[in-house]
Amino acid sequence: MAAQEDFLRELQAILSRERLLTEPEERWCYAFDAAAAQPKHLPLAVALPQSTEEVARIMQVATRYRVPVYPRGAGTNLSGGVIPREDGLVISFVEMNKILDLDIANLTATVQPGVVIQELNDAVAPHGLIYPPDPGSVTTATMGGSVAESSGGLRGLKYGVTKDYVMGLEVVLADGTVFHCGGKTVKNVSGYDLVKLFCGSEGTLGIMTAITVRLIPAPEARRSMLAIFDRLEGAARTINGIVAHKVIPATMEIMDNVTIRTVEAYCQAGLPIEAAAVLLLEVDGIPAVVEKEAAIVEQVCRENGGRVQIARDDAERENLWTARRAALPACARLRPTTVLEDATVPRSKIPEMLLALDRIAQKYNVTVATYGHAGDGNLHPTITCDERDGAEMERVHRAVDEIFHTAIELGGTLSGEHGIGVAKQKYMELEFGASGVAVMQRIKQALDPLGILNPGKLVGPLPAKE
Amino acid sequence: MGYLEDLKLVEEEMAKCMKCGNCQAVCPLYKETLREAAVARGKIQLAYAYLRGEILATHSLAEKLLFCLTCMACVANCPSGVRVDAVILAARAAMVREKGLPWLKRVIFQGLKRPWLFDTALKTGRHFQSLALRYRPEIQRCNPRFPIGLELRRVLPPLAKRTLKEEFPEVIRPVKPGARVAFFTGCLENYIYTDIGRAVVNVLLANDVEVVIPRDQHCCGIPTLVHGDIPTAREMAASNLQTFQGYKFDYLVVACATCGEAWKHFYPQLLEGAPQGEAARALAGRTRDINELLMQIDFRQPAAALPLQVTYHDPCHLVRGQGISSDPRQILRAIPGVELVEMKNADRCCGSAGSFSLTNYDMSMQVQARKVAAIRDTGAGTVVTSCPACRMQLEDGLAQAGLAPRVVHVVQVLEQAYAGQEVGSGRREVG
Ligand SMILES: Cc1cc2nc3c(=O)[nH]c(=O)nc-3n(C[C@H](O)[C@H](O)[C@H](O)COP(=O)(O)OP(=O)(O)OC[C@H]3O[C@@H](n4cnc5c(N)ncnc54)[C@H](O)[C@@H]3O)c2cc1C
Ligand code: SF4
Ligand code: SF4
Repeated sequence: MAAQEDFLRELQAILSRERLLTEPEERWCYAFDAAAAQPKHLPLAVALPQSTEEVARIMQVATRYRVPVYPRGAGTNLSGGVIPREDGLVISFVEMNKILDLDIANLTATVQPGVVIQELNDAVAPHGLIYPPDPGSVTTATMGGSVAESSGGLRGLKYGVTKDYVMGLEVVLADGTVFHCGGKTVKNVSGYDLVKLFCGSEGTLGIMTAITVRLIPAPEARRSMLAIFDRLEGAARTINGIVAHKVIPATMEIMDNVTIRTVEAYCQAGLPIEAAAVLLLEVDGIPAVVEKEAAIVEQVCRENGGRVQIARDDAERENLWTARRAALPACARLRPTTVLEDATVPRSKIPEMLLALDRIAQKYNVTVATYGHAGDGNLHPTITCDERDGAEMERVHRAVDEIFHTAIELGGTLSGEHGIGVAKQKYMELEFGASGVAVMQRIKQALDPLGILNPGKLVGPLPAKE
Repeated sequence: MGYLEDLKLVEEEMAKCMKCGNCQAVCPLYKETLREAAVARGKIQLAYAYLRGEILATHSLAEKLLFCLTCMACVANCPSGVRVDAVILAARAAMVREKGLPWLKRVIFQGLKRPWLFDTALKTGRHFQSLALRYRPEIQRCNPRFPIGLELRRVLPPLAKRTLKEEFPEVIRPVKPGARVAFFTGCLENYIYTDIGRAVVNVLLANDVEVVIPRDQHCCGIPTLVHGDIPTAREMAASNLQTFQGYKFDYLVVACATCGEAWKHFYPQLLEGAPQGEAARALAGRTRDINELLMQIDFRQPAAALPLQVTYHDPCHLVRGQGISSDPRQILRAIPGVELVEMKNADRCCGSAGSFSLTNYDMSMQVQARKVAAIRDTGAGTVVTSCPACRMQLEDGLAQAGLAPRVVHVVQVLEQAYAGQEVGSGRREVG
């Protein structure tokens, strides 16, 4: 207890009273993130640093007192990644929210971790540039959080995910050491690729205090279309057919029948409720290319039995997107709790995965609406349930188990973009085997021997190594 | 018994919150503070924890639950459709039931630590006093119950020399009356912005509508409700309802967004199960915001041009509370010569939120500053809105930013167009 008080006093000296939250009511609000049905644990305190130097000093103090720290951005991750597991310090980066440098010549931006992704996009838009990763949470999620999760989004198929855009990092290690890796050069093969190591590390290896990302020119034109399929096979053949015709759409989203019904009941978007699947497609780029690619996409859809609607202008585009945008709200309103998974399979296995999801839903008597990024095989089976109903949650957990087993059997992965956190940790061996997990644990122990950085996440709890 | 009497009745709303954090993108208070406790997600989790007995009714909890503009931006943006406003009001009421009003007063006063507030503390004290008092019908002067904090502003509209009720007879009849409406003036239009009240009467007369201004009406009572004093709010609702039941009319009309919400939503909720419950629901169905009513009766298009560049601010409790945003714009566009320049985020809260500006003056000013900047960017010389409380906040903000505080109600622009005159800031007329 006395040590705890000393610890907090030292932090207060670094941060001032305003930026160290210790009231129970404040701490309560940092005991959760967007992951469903996770146990809460109140942190000892919440620190809100404003500079790299403050972060380094906080980590020195935390190391000295052996107090676990839990890095936090906007707290929108879906895998329990920021929930404290034991008494520790939450470090929130929301006050480190400056864009440090916009380098138009080199097409890079350097930001502090608390910058919201959309804010970066707003800042580069006047220069005709975009930062492509666009998770559904783009208006709230922070750059730090999204790099630590290597978040994806709707444009993943053509543009890749966050890790494809991170070029350089400033990192504070567990003991307070500050170091840099990567930089502004397009080519960089010096040393190990530490930038990639930290992308997706979920706050377990180090704290990112500055992030340099690549920007690209905004596409000049785009064309959206919606295709409705009576048979799942038609949709599946379309997904692969489009790629086989050498067109990589920016967006290729799928919604299954359960989702279609749910969306229709919620907002009457005009989808036929007996349809097996709907694809929402968008091609973008140079106008002439867009024209040509749109024609190919349309043709492939029709050949496979799809009924196609094409948006001729922005207003029509908005309309086509209504249904897809409504997918999450519609599911969320069905029942109190929404379990959002992101098991991912190779593109060619999507039909098998969708059928398996149907079977799993029936087997465990749970409602699963599936939609997501068909182009990259990243589906979002969404289970609607009620956290307060123990028996139901038991069935939900068993269904989730089977979903992950199925994804791995089909050659897929546990997480396409939401990360492991605590929610998916127990499946790690399934994907990586004991030796794979052991490699990760060795990396973790090498960088964080005391195990104070987001302990209990991703690689699981590890003993401290003095 | 409604949710204002029983926090448990909004448990489903709290359970529905999936903690996605989408509310961070739109909450004006999160934007300023970046604290989880300030955004809907945090407040919902706190209210839920309180309901489950996991945290106690502390001062700090009350402060957190009072730290909300009830602007409903979060509600409009919430994928789960959580009624954050209902949860917050219900939780405040539950805390007042548990701890009593004097306790809440102390919490509020703790927010008033600023020295410059000190000399107004006595006056303010009187206001809070009145919050704790039971409603007595003989008290008709209800400005003390009106959103506390008016006196603190640097730029304040003076009280009208004559109240609206003194200015007009009880019944005002056009030459050939068509419909008949009862006008609920609300405090601001009766005591301060009588020019808005006058415009309501004149515009309705110009459309052959007979106007009744029931004498015994008083404050709508929402300020007591938002502070969790449900019994007082209910008595005020019952009393206003009884007054209006004594008249015959087609519609009850209001020109204040909060008063509109009172009659449409809160009175039926407050009186649910009471003998007047049925009547409250019936009257809610006949309540119209003045914008809504004008569109419904297909108001007379002004003939003379009124050359005026305006921008329109959406009051939270009109746009999200009552879903009215196109009516006022259509009215403005129907006036020849009026050019409407939209501001950025026209539906973002102006930061007034009644007593919030008292307990959190600095924060209220920060929220307001963003609104003022958006107004300035339009270059429009006149701001039009549909609520006297927003008008007061905007006049204050514009004046403090060194801009002309020309803020008027939609109905005043229409009145001027009918009269073929120039629109002036109301305060000059009533000062
Ligand atoms: C409605 C909704 C839609 C979503 N849609 C998508 C989607 O389409 N695609 C997708 O990929 N994800 C999606 N997500 C998940 C989530 O939004 C992303 O993972 C997001 O990038 C997390 O950002 P954050 O700022 O909220 O991070 P947090 O949730 O606060 O943190 C995430 C992880 O990053 C770590 N961390 C945070 N800051 C730092 C730092 N500076 N240094 C080191 N570690 C750090 C934390 O410890 C934690 O492990 C969605 C979530 C919601 C609620
Ligand atoms: S947007 Fe709604 S569901 Fe999401 S955290 Fe806010 S209140 Fe909860
Ligand atoms: S009502 Fe307004 S101030 Fe209150 S939580 Fe919602 S968005 Fe924030």
